[in-house]
Amino acid sequence: MRKTGADILWECMLREGVEVVFGYPGGANMPIYDAMLNYPVHHVLVRHEQGAAHMADGYARASGKVGVAMATSGPGATNLVTGIATAMMDSSPIVCVTGQVAAHLVGGDAFQETDVTGITLPITKHNYLVTHSEEVAQVVREAFYIARSGRPGPVLIDICKNAQIEQAEFEYPESISLPGYRPPSHAPQADLQRAARLIAQAERPLILAGHGVLMSGAMEELSTFAIKTHTPIASTLLGLGSFPASHPLSLGMMGMHGEAYCNLAIQNADLLLAFGMRFDDRVTGNLRTYAPYARKIHVEIDPSEVHKNVHVDVPLVGDLKTVLRDLVPLVDEYDHESWLAQIASWRSESEQRDILAWPEDGKLYVAHVLRDLWQATQGAAIITTDVGQHQMWAAQYYLQERSHRFITSGGAGTMGFGLPSAIGTWFAHPDQEIWTIVGDGGFQMTQAELSTAVQEGANIKIALMNNNFLGMVRQWQEFFFEKRYSAVELRNPDFVKIADAHGIPARRVETPDEVLPAIEFARQTPGPVLVEFRVEKEEAVYPMVPTGADLDAMIRRPVRQQLAVETVRR
Amino acid sequence: MQYTLIALVENKPGVLNRVASLFRRRNFNIESLNVGRTERDDISRMTIVMNSEETDARKVEVNLYKLVNVIDVQDVTNQPAVLRDLALIKVKAVPEQRAEIANLVAIFRARIVDVAPDSVIVEITGTEDKIEGLIELLRPIGILEMVRSGQVAMMRGSNNGVRHAPGANGHHSEEELTVGY
Repeated sequence: MRKTGADILWECMLREGVEVVFGYPGGANMPIYDAMLNYPVHHVLVRHEQGAAHMADGYARASGKVGVAMATSGPGATNLVTGIATAMMDSSPIVCVTGQVAAHLVGGDAFQETDVTGITLPITKHNYLVTHSEEVAQVVREAFYIARSGRPGPVLIDICKNAQIEQAEFEYPESISLPGYRPPSHAPQADLQRAARLIAQAERPLILAGHGVLMSGAMEELSTFAIKTHTPIASTLLGLGSFPASHPLSLGMMGMHGEAYCNLAIQNADLLLAFGMRFDDRVTGNLRTYAPYARKIHVEIDPSEVHKNVHVDVPLVGDLKTVLRDLVPLVDEYDHESWLAQIASWRSESEQRDILAWPEDGKLYVAHVLRDLWQATQGAAIITTDVGQHQMWAAQYYLQERSHRFITSGGAGTMGFGLPSAIGTWFAHPDQEIWTIVGDGGFQMTQAELSTAVQEGANIKIALMNNNFLGMVRQWQEFFFEKRYSAVELRNPDFVKIADAHGIPARRVETPDEVLPAIEFARQTPGPVLVEFRVEKEEAVYPMVPTGADLDAMIRRPVRQQLAVETVRR
Repeated sequence: MQYTLIALVENKPGVLNRVASLFRRRNFNIESLNVGRTERDDISRMTIVMNSEETDARKVEVNLYKLVNVIDVQDVTNQPAVLRDLALIKVKAVPEQRAEIANLVAIFRARIVDVAPDSVIVEITGTEDKIEGLIELLRPIGILEMVRSGQVAMMRGSNNGVRHAPGANGHHSEEELTVGY
């Protein structure tokens, strides 16, 4: 049957299971928007295309499906760029469909023409420029397959306006041919055997669980492996939720703002099992002194990540779930009680320093608010965050028992991610409690999406941690620039009034005793609700590994109110 | 040391840009890059020469392999391969110098392919070393202009180059090349 390119696009996207798209119409994608009216798909009209990309990203991370963002040519497409880069760094499967000027105008600097495939080349897993309607079906099929398979990532389809309007014979391609695209699944048996031998020899093994555990859906396999081999698990920021935080083998988060005992465990381990993580600099600190006693086994689906930052002894290139299934039968049950006891002693020292151990002093600390939120929601809410101090506190204090419930911009560290990703998450799980934890800086970057939340009736709760500072930058200036505050103070609007202007119920919280009632108010009120917490202005996230420092050279939270900054050595 | 890689890529618009963009993005310094057609219309062939540490050569290999349009990457460095470069060298030559140039050209089994009143064009094909050798001898006479094709390479007999990229070798059966899911 002959159909227009725009119709073929929707026909194919429906077959990919697309139910909701996040986007913004404009001159170069109007035929797509016109055709959309004939298809059972829900369109979310965002207020800025960056929001569309983040919503698609949040939707993808929460649902495991491919998220779709749409924009017109030129500025519409370039506004997607931050969201695409965010999805690329965190391997999130999204497909972006952008309109492009007609094929005969491409290259001629036509109105709203931008070289979008050129711009997005380094920040997409793959991209396409479609100049004829005959190509649409094949390209859409490939794009969704590439986005969600192997190491997932963003794929962009730039469709020329003529290709949207012109007709082509539509036949859904039953299979696709991608001769250069072969995501690995099984690791070679010989490598598995080598890994098993290292595991058998280890006395102080440690698993580093990354985002790959969640992307591969390998939570069960991870748990089976860890319990069988009696190996503790440290998690990256994006790996949180891959293993229950309450489990005795769970050590929580590693890295720059990771738990001190977790970083000490890495520096003292004799075997690291890196599962679906990429040794980011925020995780390793100084590479020259990183895990000096450890052999390293790296299970990774992307061969270009192997030996990239850290040279490993045994790379296992394949799908994590498959590799762990292959590996478990090759390992025996081990007992690492003395190693776990060592970690436990580091851990108890950390707990004494923890801000949760502080007596109530009438001040409002983000960590306390988040622990209250965790208790009030029984730790069961889906959390999205923005980027900065509140993000690290959310990772530290809103403990994750289950997978795919902590959605945050890790690799790119994109401020403005929190609110739109929460809206996207709501479309994936409209029946679940969703909180987005944001700071006053990042929130204002994509604050316009409040209107989108209202228009869609998104049942999301916004916990805004307002310290009138760009808190993380302020913290760095305090620690590393002699407290010379440069461009970090924010004179903010009245956020309750902003919410009010959107018709969003809101509360302001200034004292600790107001926290729980405000949380309860938000939980009981349907639709979007904002709670502004006026938190301590100059509180810092601890521990902290300064950029490029040794992983165990942490700035620790001073015990109680002592102000000495000290360093812990093994 | 010098590494020579062969990449088979899909013959589609923009693929060269993807490869070049990769080199820039990952900060790889390339000595020469040759792109050309192959025995198949749908496949182009790239020969990439780089002077680097082994770790960088491996990184180029795995990153090339990661591109969707790149079908195969082989390392032919120190393998039984035929390596060839082609150069056109325009040499300043008044008539009385032509005999001297013709002598050198004969020794190197090169050819004079154009003669003008005050210059000749020398064509030479061979390994990079051989071409460098002739250039050194022609330079005192006066090289006006030169162009080189960049190295191309082909393995001898039924040999393949080495595929270092984890997952590039032996992980996939032929039928997996066509994906139906």
